[in-house]
Amino acid sequence: MGTNMESTVKHVIKEYQHDKTRLLDIIRDVQSRLGHVSDESVIEIASELNVSQVDVEGVVTFYHFFSKTPVGKYAVYLNNNPTAYLMGRAAVAKAFEDEIGVSFGETTSNGQIGLFNTSCIGMNDQEPAAIINNVVFTNLTPEKVKTIVNDMNNNVSVQDMVKELGDGNNQHDLMKAMVKNNIQRKGPVYFTDQEVGIGLKRALSMKPEEVIEEIKKSNLRGRGGAGFPTGMKWEFCRQAEGDKKFMICNADEGEPGTFKDRVLLTEKPEMLFEGMAIGGYAVGAGNGVLYLRAEYMYMKSYLENVLKTLRGKNILGKNAGGKDGFNFDIKIQMGAGAYVCGEESALIESAEGKRGEPRNRPPFPVQNGFMNLPTSVNNVETYCSAPRIIVEGGEWFKKMGTAQSSGTKVLSVSGDCKKPGIYEVEFGTTIQTLLEMVEGRTAKAVQVGGPSGKCIGKKDFGKRICYDELATGGSMMIFGPDRDILDIVHNFMEFFVEESCGWCVPCRAGNVLLLNKLETIIAGNGTEKDLAELESWCKIVKSMSRCGLGQTSPNPIESTLQNFREIYESKVQKDSNYVHAFDLAEAVKASCKAAGRIPNLGAH
Amino acid sequence: MSKPVVATASLAGCFGCHMSLLDIDDRILQLIELVEFNKSPIDDIKTFTKQCDIGLIEGGCCNSENVENLLNFRKNCKILISVGECAIMGGLPAMRNDIPVEECLREAYINCPTVDDNIIPNDDELPMILDKVYPCHHVVKIDYYLPGCPPRADLIWEALVALLEGRELNLPYEVVKFD
Repeated sequence: MGTNMESTVKHVIKEYQHDKTRLLDIIRDVQSRLGHVSDESVIEIASELNVSQVDVEGVVTFYHFFSKTPVGKYAVYLNNNPTAYLMGRAAVAKAFEDEIGVSFGETTSNGQIGLFNTSCIGMNDQEPAAIINNVVFTNLTPEKVKTIVNDMNNNVSVQDMVKELGDGNNQHDLMKAMVKNNIQRKGPVYFTDQEVGIGLKRALSMKPEEVIEEIKKSNLRGRGGAGFPTGMKWEFCRQAEGDKKFMICNADEGEPGTFKDRVLLTEKPEMLFEGMAIGGYAVGAGNGVLYLRAEYMYMKSYLENVLKTLRGKNILGKNAGGKDGFNFDIKIQMGAGAYVCGEESALIESAEGKRGEPRNRPPFPVQNGFMNLPTSVNNVETYCSAPRIIVEGGEWFKKMGTAQSSGTKVLSVSGDCKKPGIYEVEFGTTIQTLLEMVEGRTAKAVQVGGPSGKCIGKKDFGKRICYDELATGGSMMIFGPDRDILDIVHNFMEFFVEESCGWCVPCRAGNVLLLNKLETIIAGNGTEKDLAELESWCKIVKSMSRCGLGQTSPNPIESTLQNFREIYESKVQKDSNYVHAFDLAEAVKASCKAAGRIPNLGAH
Repeated sequence: MSKPVVATASLAGCFGCHMSLLDIDDRILQLIELVEFNKSPIDDIKTFTKQCDIGLIEGGCCNSENVENLLNFRKNCKILISVGECAIMGGLPAMRNDIPVEECLREAYINCPTVDDNIIPNDDELPMILDKVYPCHHVVKIDYYLPGCPPRADLIWEALVALLEGRELNLPYEVVKFD
C-alpha cells in the first residue's frame, strides 16, 4: 500500500511537472486514485513538491471535497440548502442513511459508500440534489435513493446510474447530465442567437481603449453581486504595469440559491469565452483562467471541448480572432469546494494552489493578482455581456434597467413557487412582479441575493431589483407562508460558520457566537437583552471582518431582525428572571449514572 | 435611609475574584461605610437573612449545589453580577466541557495511578456533578458582567460605587485591558 501510494503520488506530481501552483489538481488526483489523502500522502506530496507539510495539510483540510479519511468508493454529497428542505430533503436524507446504514459524515465499514452533507451545489431549482463522484443527481426521492444505493452496492458505474438526461446541452455526449436548465424567461442580452465570434471581431477592429470606453458607456457592473463597474476594472487592469496580465472568470458560483452561471456555462459557454477574449484584448492580457467550482466538475470535459472548438475556429489561440499579435487562450482551473473562493482575492490564492484565504487589499487584483500580475476577475454573466455590448453598443445596453443598474440580470429563482428556474429580467423589476412571473404569490419572505443578501417581507415586495435597492448576484429564494424563518436563518448561519476561512477572528469566532445566540433564542431561552446583543454583535462582525464573507454573514440575522422582528420577539422571555434552558435533571444524569447513584433533585 | 445590602458567593471558582475584591485595600473601610454585607464568605453569613440589593457571583456552575446557590441568589438579590471569567464563560473548570463527564470521573477516581479505592463517590450528601460547567447566565438571568481573571480591584470598586451612585462606569483602558 505504501509503495503504491508513493508511486501514485510521484506519478501524479510528474503529470503536473512538479508545479506547486497545481497543488489543488494534484491533491484531487491523489484523492480520486487513493480514495483519500492520508498523512503519508501529505508527506510524500510535500517532499516531491519541495514545500512544507503544513502547506499541503493546510490545503487538504481547507477544501470541502478533500478528505484525510477514506470517503468511500462512492462519495455521496447531499445538498443541505434550505430550499432542499422545502423540497423534501429530510426524507431523502433519512432514506440515504437507512439504505446505506451510516450517518452523515461516515463511510461504510467496507469502504464502499460515504455519506456527507454539502453546501448549495447550484441545483436549487431541482432539489433535493446530490453529487456522487462528480455526477449530479437531481429531484431525489426516497424511492430513487433506494435504486441509487442499490446500484452503488452493486458497483454500477456512476454515469450508468443516470437514467434520464436534462434538457439542452445537458444531453451533450460529454456532459450526459440529468440537470435541467429550466430557462423560464429569455431576455435580450444573454439568451440570444448572436453568432459566436462577431463580438470579438468587432472588438478587434477597435482600439483596446475604445473597447473599454464602450463597456464604460454601457455602465455594465459586476454580475457576481458586488456591482463594481466592469469598464473601470478593465481600465485599471490595462493601466497596471506587468509583463503578463490575466483574465479570470469567476465561476465559483457558491452563493446558496444561485445557479444562473451553471446555465450560462451549459448553454452559452462560447459567449463567455468570447467575452473573456474581448476583455483580454481590452486589458492586454494573453491568458484566461476559468475558475470552475468543484460542484460543476461534470461540465469540465464539455467546456474543454468548447475551448478546443473555439481554438479550431481561431477565436482563441494564436492571433485570436484573426488579429495579428493578439494571442489569447483559456485554461480551466477546478476549485475544490470553498464558498470563500467566490471572493476574488481568495479565488486567486486558490487558483495558485493555495488555501483560499482572501488577501489584504490594496493592492487590488487589477494591480497585483494571479501570480502577482495584473488580473481582472469577472463573473460569468459579466463576461457574457461583453460580446453583446460590443455588437449592440453601450447605449443599447444602458437603455435597459435603471439609472445606476443598466441592462438585464439573470436570476436563479427557487423555493416556494410554481416555476422555479432561470429568469432574465431588466434591472428595476420589482419583487412583486417577479413573484407573479414565477407564480409564487403566496410568498411570506424572499431571500434576495442569497444568505449574504437580505431577507425581505411583504412590505418590501414593491422594491426594485438593482444595485442601489435590492442588490443580488442572482439568488432569489422564495419562502411560502408556512415556512419557519428562524429555521432558515439558522441554516444560513451554520453555512457561514462552516465556510469562514478562519483567518480573522471577527468572522471565525463572531459567526459561531451569533449562531449560538440564535440557537438560545430559537430554543426559547433568550431575553430582550439577547436580541440587543445579537444586533450589536452583527455590527461588530460586519465592520471588523476582513473580506466580504464576514462583512455580509450577519445579514440573515440582521435583515430578519429588521423585517421579521415579531418572530424573534415572540420567542424571547420578557420579565422572567430564570432562564429555562437549564435543566438540572438532564445535567446531572450522566454523572449520577457513572457514580451509580439516583439523582436526588429534591434535596438540592 | 438604610445602606444597600451586598451578598457574594464563590461557585466553581478559585476565590481569586474575592481576593481581588479584598485588593481594594484601605477602600474596604469606605466600602463598609457604603454598604452592608449579608450572605458572603467575607462576613461568613451562611444564609440570606434579608432581601439584598446586589449579588456578586464568582465562578460558574459545575455541580447541583452551585445551581441551588445561584438560584437562591437570584431569588434574594435585585441585581446579580457575574464577576470574572469563570462566572461569565465557565473559565478553567470549563476545560472539561469537551470531555464526557463519565470519562472525567473515571480518570479522577478509577484510572488515576494514585487512587486505590476504585469507586466514584456516590454519597447522597455530595453535590451531583453537572455534565459540563455552565456560565451563570445559562442558569439564571444575570444583570451585569465584570470581566477579568480576576477583574482588577479597581474595576470591582468602580463598578460597585458607580452602581450605588447610579452613574455610568468610568473604566480607563488600563483597568479592562487583558493583554
